[in-house]
Amino acid sequence: MSLTIGVPRETAAGEKRVATVPEVVEKLIKLGFTVRVESGAGDSANMSDDAYRAAGAEVVEGAASLWSSSDVIFKVRGPSADEVGLLREGCTLVSFIWPAQNPDLLQQLAARKVTVLAIDSLPRTLSRAQKMDALTSQAGVAGYRAVIEAANAFGRFFNGQITAAGKVPPAKVFIAGAGVAGLSAIGTAANLGAIVRANDTRAEVADQVVSLGGEFVKVDYEEEGSGGGGYAKVMSEGFQKAQRDMYAKQAREVDIIITTALIPGKPAPRLITADMVRSMKAGSVIVDMAAEQGGNCELTEPGQAVVKHGVTIIGYTDLVSRLARQSSTLYSSNLFRLAEELCKTKDGIIDVNMEDEAIRGLTVIKEGNVTWPPPAPKLSAAPAAAPAAAQPVVATKKSHGHGKASEPASVSSMAILFGVAAVVFWFIGASAPEKFLNHFTVFILACFVGYMVVWNVKPALHTPLMSVTNAISSIIAIGALVQIAPPIDAGISRPEDWIRWLAIGAIVLATINMFGGFAVTQRMLAMFRK
Amino acid sequence: MSESLATVSYLGATILFILCLGGLSNQETSRRGNLYGIIGMTIAVLATVFGPRVGTAGYAWLIGAMAVGGTIGIYAARTVQMTQMPELVALMHSMVGLAAMLVGFANYIDPVASAGMTGAEHAIHEIEIYVGILIGAITFSGSVIAFGKLSGKISGNPMLLPARHWINLTGLLIVIYFGREFLHAGSISDGMMPLVVMTVVALLFGIHMVMAIGGADMPVVVSMLNSYSGWAAAATGFMLSNDLLIVTGALVGSSGAILSYIMCAAMNRHFISVIAGGFGTTGGTPAAAGGAQPAGEVVPISATETSELLREAKNVIIVPGYGMAVAQAQHTVYEITRFLRDKGVNVRFGIHPVAGRMPGHMNVLLAEAKVPYDIVYEMDELNDDFPQTDVAMIIGANDIVNPGAQDDPTSPIAGMPVLEVWKAKTSIVMKRSMASGYAGVDNPLFYKDNNRMLFGDAKKMLDEVLVALKV
Repeated sequence: MSLTIGVPRETAAGEKRVATVPEVVEKLIKLGFTVRVESGAGDSANMSDDAYRAAGAEVVEGAASLWSSSDVIFKVRGPSADEVGLLREGCTLVSFIWPAQNPDLLQQLAARKVTVLAIDSLPRTLSRAQKMDALTSQAGVAGYRAVIEAANAFGRFFNGQITAAGKVPPAKVFIAGAGVAGLSAIGTAANLGAIVRANDTRAEVADQVVSLGGEFVKVDYEEEGSGGGGYAKVMSEGFQKAQRDMYAKQAREVDIIITTALIPGKPAPRLITADMVRSMKAGSVIVDMAAEQGGNCELTEPGQAVVKHGVTIIGYTDLVSRLARQSSTLYSSNLFRLAEELCKTKDGIIDVNMEDEAIRGLTVIKEGNVTWPPPAPKLSAAPAAAPAAAQPVVATKKSHGHGKASEPASVSSMAILFGVAAVVFWFIGASAPEKFLNHFTVFILACFVGYMVVWNVKPALHTPLMSVTNAISSIIAIGALVQIAPPIDAGISRPEDWIRWLAIGAIVLATINMFGGFAVTQRMLAMFRK
Repeated sequence: MSESLATVSYLGATILFILCLGGLSNQETSRRGNLYGIIGMTIAVLATVFGPRVGTAGYAWLIGAMAVGGTIGIYAARTVQMTQMPELVALMHSMVGLAAMLVGFANYIDPVASAGMTGAEHAIHEIEIYVGILIGAITFSGSVIAFGKLSGKISGNPMLLPARHWINLTGLLIVIYFGREFLHAGSISDGMMPLVVMTVVALLFGIHMVMAIGGADMPVVVSMLNSYSGWAAAATGFMLSNDLLIVTGALVGSSGAILSYIMCAAMNRHFISVIAGGFGTTGGTPAAAGGAQPAGEVVPISATETSELLREAKNVIIVPGYGMAVAQAQHTVYEITRFLRDKGVNVRFGIHPVAGRMPGHMNVLLAEAKVPYDIVYEMDELNDDFPQTDVAMIIGANDIVNPGAQDDPTSPIAGMPVLEVWKAKTSIVMKRSMASGYAGVDNPLFYKDNNRMLFGDAKKMLDEVLVALKV
């Protein structure tokens, strides 16, 4: 018996997102689920009931009938008190919960004997879990929207332009905090053509900032700000002073500030003081993405856009909802990936497997028992240790020469080599006849000539080199030619037939090689063109 | 033609051969280099035929033999496909080896050759014959097996006999023992028995040696046999007291030796360990099991998505491997390259020294598909450019792009230089399945966040990518 996934309309004020979009409905049905959608659920995100019907969902009138008939509820925001009351015993709820901030909600849900998967509690450092990471996908949308809001409130171009009448300077944007939202904002602002600077207490994100087209501004103070699990931590007093100086300097220089600094479970750090706002140019814009947690800017009014000291300070808390269609699509893709993990058998039955680290982290209530917080994930320590382990191997990486001889051998191995060569040469010189020594001289010198010449051959031409050396080695035909009918002194009896046939065999083989080798080399070399 | 004139002609031929190899230092002069080789060979053959050591009685025979050989050779060269080059080269090595054997036997039974020799001179001549035939026989049988493996007639897996190193050692002792017998033989017929026994042992040794070496070590084997065929020619030169043969053999021998060295360095392995064979079965398995298993998720991608990535990229590096040769995908690769280059995308090729089954194999395949050689780069030339690359496409290659070689000291291929494709913004691996590469090592690249897998036959998938690109 396959389960029914219910998608209710979001009831929180200003929430325009919907937990499942029509494209994902189709995919969920392929997994074996039945999907019910509350009428009007997607209206705010421009997705009509008809679109859901076309995708195969059943559209249900009224929240009560939807909640009572669903086995699994996909939601964006955590349920309100009314919605908790609608939950059927034994069903599963998937939504944002923020269990650390909402302990009461957790207790209420546990009392309903349901299973709750808090999408915000996903262990984010687990690479397998990234496809389900809704925090990341939503933060990315928010970062993008923050830049768009800033551009909207800002009275100038983002990109510099040279017009017939003169030059327009590009906007300077400073982004505080290079988490997912910050990085998304950096990329968006850079793509609009602004000069982008960014700062983060975690020094390791500098590369990411640069890769997105931003410039990383360092705080002039030594301290590592990674708080584990990919989040930042609270910094020391000395660091904070240095950071304030840096922010003050940036505030004087830039046109737009976007702040994204959040510390989990704590009020947002105050980064931009009223003095800094006063020092900014008239017409500048601040977008405070941490407004909901109190704001990074002293003058932020959550949910509002206000003008203070000639600076527009945007404290919208619904940036994600302002791009509802995009954020809903991304969120529902995250939920779909989660459904895949829960339903590996593709038969429409979910299995909350507590052995699976990702699922374990998500599950905050299992059949009425609170299972939050989960045991610490094992993988968190790995990123710090990995770079250290990588170093030594890279150092031993050998550079081998193309077109140049290999690096000088060590003194001791050279000494051994020369010693062995000296003994061999002495032995040959002491015992071999003069005629042999002439040939031997030629042989050794030819080896060295070959060595020098071949090191200059391009690696790209190694195959032609092999085929041409092959052709040349058919010079062995000469050895056969001189045997086929040498001028013979009378009186020596010679097994003519045997020798002749052996020689003819050798000539045939060698000439196959000779003609074949040169011809195929020519054919190959003719193909190399610019 | 007098003896002196013949000698001077040989000298001229020697110089031309050196120029021939020197010409291969770049693509511009390479065709002229080949021409020098042809002229040198013609001079050498004519000087011999019209020289003092070939009587007129032999003309009919030798013209007939050369006509037959020449016809076969040119026919083979015309019809061979570029993907079959490794097989052809291996087959040609075997012919040099067999020819060296035949010349050695003919020389031994010819009383004229050793007439007038005494004492040490005679002994050295005998040793030369013995060694010449030995090298010729190993080259011959080894190359035949290499040909079989490369053409798929014999399984590419290493065949490991129990106590194989002892078998080889026993073979060596037998060869030395019969060498002593051979030197002490009173007459030609007495010496025949040890010579034939040695030949059989050498043939078996050649077979056994190459059978124990796996498919991806073939570049080393082919270049090693290339080297042997040169030494066989040089040994024949000593036997016949012919400097031209000695010089040419030494040139070819050192060329093959250098190629073997380069191939070994490119795998960070010692020549001895490659030749001893059995890589990936003895040392590899326990290390792979003990090492960290790559964690993460393999993300598949469709041909359409691949084409979108390519279309939006500014810098693309294509890394071909043996899989491209097997699937005969080089022409489609070129079509895609041409399309992207017309759109202003900077497409380049990165070639690992041991990609394919012989040195330079990939370059020849790409050249055949008309890919201009100035966008085909060696590993060292573009390895630093991957961070600025949007898409790295890996076609049928595995171990040569394994990041484990750099950051996992327990990996069996640790320290092997590899193409750092994972540093590109996105890497796309085209592969038939998730099977591990030749070295039997799991490839952590597949599990990286920025890696995508395009499963399926390389040719078929690339055709789909091309179609999707042109939409």
